[in-house]
Amino acid sequence: MAAPRDNLGRPIVVVTGMGIVTSLGAGKSDNWAKLTAGESGIKTVTRFPIDGLKSTMAGAIDFVTIEPFSSTGLSERLAEMVTKEAIEQSGIGSKGNFPGPLFLAVAPVETEWPQRLEVSRTIDKKEEMTYFDMLRVCGGGKFAEYHHRFMFGSVANYLARTFGTKGSPISLSTACASGATSIQLGVEAIRRGEANAALCVATDGSVNPEAIVRFSLLSALSTQNDPPQAASKPFSKNRDGFVMAEGAGALVLESYDSAIARGAPILGVVAGCGELTDSFHRTRSSPDGKPIIGCMRKTLADAGMTPEQIDHINAHGTATPENDKMEYLTTAAVFGEHAQKIPVSSNKSMVGHTISAAGAVEAIISLLTLEHQRIPPTINYDIPDPAIPFNVVGNKARDARVTAVMSNSFGFGGQNASLILTREPA
Amino acid sequence: MTESQSPPAKEVWITGIGIVSSLGEGLDAHWDALNQKRINVDDKRFAPYIVHPLAPVSFDAQIPKKGDQRQMEAWQRIGTYAAGLALDSAGIKGNAEILGRTDMIVAAGGGERDIAVDMAILNAAAQGNSSPGFLNERLMNDLRPTLFLAQLSNLLAGNIAIVHGVCGTSRTFMGEEAASIDAARIALARIESGQSDIALVGAAHNGERADLLILFEFGDFNLKDKFSPVWERKENSGFALGSAGCFLVMESREHAEARGAKPYARLTKVVADLAQRNQPGAVTRSLEAMWPQLGVASDDIGLITGATGVEPVTSEEKAFLGQHPGFAVRTTGTTFGHTLETQFPLGLALAALSISRGALFPPNDPTGLEVEKLAAPAQIVVLGAGHWQGEGMALVEAVK
Repeated sequence: MAAPRDNLGRPIVVVTGMGIVTSLGAGKSDNWAKLTAGESGIKTVTRFPIDGLKSTMAGAIDFVTIEPFSSTGLSERLAEMVTKEAIEQSGIGSKGNFPGPLFLAVAPVETEWPQRLEVSRTIDKKEEMTYFDMLRVCGGGKFAEYHHRFMFGSVANYLARTFGTKGSPISLSTACASGATSIQLGVEAIRRGEANAALCVATDGSVNPEAIVRFSLLSALSTQNDPPQAASKPFSKNRDGFVMAEGAGALVLESYDSAIARGAPILGVVAGCGELTDSFHRTRSSPDGKPIIGCMRKTLADAGMTPEQIDHINAHGTATPENDKMEYLTTAAVFGEHAQKIPVSSNKSMVGHTISAAGAVEAIISLLTLEHQRIPPTINYDIPDPAIPFNVVGNKARDARVTAVMSNSFGFGGQNASLILTREPA
Repeated sequence: MTESQSPPAKEVWITGIGIVSSLGEGLDAHWDALNQKRINVDDKRFAPYIVHPLAPVSFDAQIPKKGDQRQMEAWQRIGTYAAGLALDSAGIKGNAEILGRTDMIVAAGGGERDIAVDMAILNAAAQGNSSPGFLNERLMNDLRPTLFLAQLSNLLAGNIAIVHGVCGTSRTFMGEEAASIDAARIALARIESGQSDIALVGAAHNGERADLLILFEFGDFNLKDKFSPVWERKENSGFALGSAGCFLVMESREHAEARGAKPYARLTKVVADLAQRNQPGAVTRSLEAMWPQLGVASDDIGLITGATGVEPVTSEEKAFLGQHPGFAVRTTGTTFGHTLETQFPLGLALAALSISRGALFPPNDPTGLEVEKLAAPAQIVVLGAGHWQGEGMALVEAVK
């Protein structure tokens, strides 16, 4: 029997469990049904007042509630839900005993407005308050839980303790590529032979006023608020930005050896990962697209595949004017004429941009696409942009023979990461 | 089954070090300050809290474009500056071919808030201004549009890419002290296994921030009223936040030799743990369990710790140190303050510097826990136990 290794002699990394939550719902079946029906999870925000905001819709997850509310708390709850789903499907380890490390993509953490306001209300002072007044009242144990809540490592700490992952859990951020990076770190650990299994989780519960304002001030968000479900228009001529959204995805990665040895379900293969940094600008891609082109080529090389072997692209497809154009130009440079033939779709048309979670959420949707041989649509694709002649799977799901999917993630700070997912080991 | 075993691990060298802190910038300035036992604290600006303020630095020297400096908050400027020093020290500054494939792992927190905006909003709210759109409108009108980019954790790496052209892979780890232990651990593992040839690893911290003091005051972690060395804080526990940036260039021995680079030291091992701290003694047990993994033959060795001075973790660490009376302990927290993510790279940097200078810098501790050690060190252990979670150790050795 041939050694279960890839073309470069490394252990093959397979996926044996997946969990997902988006604004469409919780779990793989619910999400898959709604994704292939072309439903949108985007709604007008009701979690907090929207007066004064330019963008008033989001893919907020309101069917999960936590008390007291914080974005970090919601991120933690979403991560816990998807991890549970993934581990159950995988059947790996035992309860509270996951036999490998945790790589968690999570949004940067900071003290949030409800808590900041709560602290300020305990200041008994007639004249103007200063930060020193805040400092005087915040110690002594009254707000002790806010220290842990607003530590960057708090979500990973909770997951590591709850699921019994091994070693020091890693929390990471590569902005909108974070989810892909968490998978990449897991793949690398297994390829090094350090671990037979890794838990890769990505979560984002960041729909709060300041987060919306921050992206608004950078002119990144769609302002086509009415109707909200039509706002996210990847590859359309009238696209005007992304829609913020919440979500989480978890993948149990294992060496092929280990999965076969325990008779685990093999849901797909992470055949290749690639990454290349853009040093052009804090929020914009290099106009020549070279870093993204290099990222896609590195990913193909890592998988030992040619562009012709990719038969679907799960695009980053944020629906910002610049991203979608750049994604087409770079894809065309890498794939040549094949670029206009490959079916391309953006899940963000339906679930919005789940930011830190997007790379993992979209990798899971890519694996479901491989499983069902059906590509979820890009909805709101009514006015195709002639400058982006992708073969967009517009508005209706498409049955197709899909053997290898490239999933792209690009983020602020020059972060570019791509994954290639296949059904079977090469 | 195992016919195609992985090749043997590659030796990893530290070939570049960049430090900027409350003591100044660069290796000579730090070596002199450590030997003079100099400590720079400010007990007035944030009184009763104590901080170790950044020494005056001309950022132009490493960040020539004012436009770039304006796009950054202090923590990013400190880090981008220290990264530039490390690249200079490794001799790869401006070498586009090498920088284009240099991998980066940055350990980062987040950026400073606009305190004037926050306080104006809190004051308006206190005066009864609570219309539904109040918070939204104030934030829309008052926040600087690019402030977000100066706050985003991964934008320190982004700025290093823009300013210095470090463009291989770029990963930002978060999670306070543990983030940089893991950054060093993963960088070492990637180079040892051939997944990477050369990496820039480090962190930066601005300790002069009222918003951070509040965050740590929630847990009563700040040192108040009177400065004292870390080992003397049992009755008045806490850390004094410090400003510092520290980056290391790590590369495989073969990569360094091929380009004629000289090593400061070898990074041999990094181990990390997440002790179950709800159990008393868990940190001591975690450190005891990690110690043999370093493969060090004897306790007669230098050990640089990032001990914070907060309790109970400092006492638990002290219990571990007490089991190994041969250790010549040095404590960066006393000298540099607590620099969170930067503490572990700082320990690695000072270990490598000490090995390259043929001496461990002198103790700075009136309690006697730190002892003199005159012999040239061949091995130095670096230890980190985070103020609330995360433990790790590394072994830095002279190159043979």
